[in-house]
Amino acid sequence: MQRHKAAAAAFAALVLAGCTTDKPAATTQPAAPAASAQESGTEAQDSGTGAQSKFFVQADFDAQLAMRSQTPEGPADKPWEQAIAPKMIDTATYKKEGPYHLCFSNAAVNNPWRQVGWKTMQAEVGLHKEIGKFTALDAEGKDDKQISDIAELQVKGCDALIVSPNTTATLTPAVTAACGEVPVIVFDRGVETDCPVTFIKPIGGYAFGADAAEFLVEKVPAGGKVLALRILPGVDVLETRWSAAKVVFDRSGLQVVGVEFTDGDAAKTKSIVSDYIQRHGKIDGVWMDSGATAVAAIEAFEDAGVPVPPINGEDQQDFLQKWKDSNLTAVAPTYPTYQWRTPIIAALKILKGEEVPETWNLPQPKVTSENLSTYLKPNMPPLHYALCGCEDLPGFPEAWGGKKG
Amino acid sequence: MKQALPILAVLAVLLAAIAVANPFFLEPAGFLAFLKRAAPLVILAAGQYFVIVSGEFDLSVGSLVTAEVVIAARLIDGDESATWPVLALLLVIGLFVGLVNGVVTTKLRVPSFIVTLGMLLVLSGAVFLWTGGAPRGALSESFRTFGRGGIGPLPWSVLILLAVGAAVIVLMRADFGKTLIATGDNERAAALSGVRVDRARIVAFMLSGLAAAVAAILLGGFAGVSAQAGQGLEFSAITAVVLGGVVLGGGRGSVPAAMAGAFTLEALFTLLNLYGISGALEFTVQGVIIIAAVAAGAIRLPRKFTPRRGDAHAAS
Repeated sequence: MQRHKAAAAAFAALVLAGCTTDKPAATTQPAAPAASAQESGTEAQDSGTGAQSKFFVQADFDAQLAMRSQTPEGPADKPWEQAIAPKMIDTATYKKEGPYHLCFSNAAVNNPWRQVGWKTMQAEVGLHKEIGKFTALDAEGKDDKQISDIAELQVKGCDALIVSPNTTATLTPAVTAACGEVPVIVFDRGVETDCPVTFIKPIGGYAFGADAAEFLVEKVPAGGKVLALRILPGVDVLETRWSAAKVVFDRSGLQVVGVEFTDGDAAKTKSIVSDYIQRHGKIDGVWMDSGATAVAAIEAFEDAGVPVPPINGEDQQDFLQKWKDSNLTAVAPTYPTYQWRTPIIAALKILKGEEVPETWNLPQPKVTSENLSTYLKPNMPPLHYALCGCEDLPGFPEAWGGKKG
Repeated sequence: MKQALPILAVLAVLLAAIAVANPFFLEPAGFLAFLKRAAPLVILAAGQYFVIVSGEFDLSVGSLVTAEVVIAARLIDGDESATWPVLALLLVIGLFVGLVNGVVTTKLRVPSFIVTLGMLLVLSGAVFLWTGGAPRGALSESFRTFGRGGIGPLPWSVLILLAVGAAVIVLMRADFGKTLIATGDNERAAALSGVRVDRARIVAFMLSGLAAAVAAILLGGFAGVSAQAGQGLEFSAITAVVLGGVVLGGGRGSVPAAMAGAFTLEALFTLLNLYGISGALEFTVQGVIIIAAVAAGAIRLPRKFTPRRGDAHAAS
């Protein structure tokens, strides 16, 4: 009896699968014009990429893509001090004497990217003698904790408050409240208010997604089958990456045979890619919204005994090493961790009354086969991010988990 | 074996459905790839079976797998010569974690649900502290061979799976298996008839820990270092076991059926993935299966004591 019910549940799930499959299966048909006959409405125009994300904003997309070709202002060997097309604002009202007490409300340190960034920021703080005290609170990925962290920091006598928001909308009121008390610097994710003195970010997700997609359009022959791997849906910073790639793929002759969610899990990624290799016989390109599982995707091709097609990863050490060792056709757009240095620099500028950009757009380089050797550092741990801008900081490489040598 | 028949029927239907969607599945290479992917979960399910049939739970296996992979990477750090000592150490750690779970459950009388939930948190917290969120080091090629490589076309993980399968079936047919089922069925009756109930349960937990260690070796080998290697595996393993018709609360169910349940679950995931349904639904499916299985078990329990099936284990 019980076994029958369990079986019934399995069957129910199966039937459910059967019902909802028709659409995704249909979108894996050949590219737009051929497929439009049997498909209806909005899905007709795409090349297997599905509907556009509701997070997509055309103006931001255009602005980010344009920024990629602009020359940033500032010292070329210190990209974390550079800014693209800065609109400088006056900060004389915030000027005061040191030593300063800087405060930082951090969204989380729960992934390798934030780990590398956090270490980099701490090392940057160590460079400045005028910082008398640095107080940081980790919100552990919880909006409610970050809201109370920000409130707590306001009564600690901070001269400037740096915020890396956990989520955009929920943290906006907390940041707005803090703006009345101290100069606020926001970086990484934004908030929906312009009350912070400056907002620091690399160019952004559209540029990341487009960089990777354009590389595939260039390297994969027309009509080639591309597999897109995403971590999970509904996160703004990841949605922008995919929506930009979708725009690029829709304009191209490539056929996106699948858009899959990996949950950032290496085993799952490898399984998905293996399935696609089996099902399609050949995959001609892989697009990824984040590099953490790129090596697992590459291994799926190796284990299947087929050549690794053009693929994008990110500036993580394991991917760059694999790229070099296997001589892959690859590109690594980045979301540089050196942006963790900039808020400290910005805070000191503000407290010294120096001008800062209103929106501090940092350059967002991509690793290509030409510059791979400059970014690949030996003896760094596999999940280190190469664009940490931390090589000149005290404690490198040990503090970042690397080995001297 | 007859206890495994219903789940085998479900499995056959799912496999047929996969074959329809993906004809490559019928070729040896395609099917072996499926077995290879299923191996860690099947082994975990076998370990979990021992614990569940003895009337307990082991929620710690998922984070134990993660911990083992992270420890292996840190200790091996790409050094081939460290492979075998570390492999041995991983098995010892698995046994030790199981021993702690078992001793706290039986001797301190803390419900296993709480003990192993605590162990889950302790292990994941410890891994996070130790690694700072980003695993370090690397696995050696020879370590990864177990999850990636094989003898000719035959993956190592499939061979290991066969060995584990044979071992657990032998174990369940031996006296140990009978005492374990008796323990889960009626603890007091078993104790009165001379079964060392606590010892049987502690061994069950240790076997579960050992299974987690083996699964970690295969998973780490398959996909490499990841701080999420074992995420959610405890629920997959429990789902697989109840899907195989093993009753939560203990005393009923066979280990081949539990392993078949794991294959079925993996087949179901493969099928969902083949049809482009991903991610979140896997958890939903597992949740539905667990609730349905427990509800079904509760409904039939009163009828279970009719004389028709007062078979061997009740007497031992």
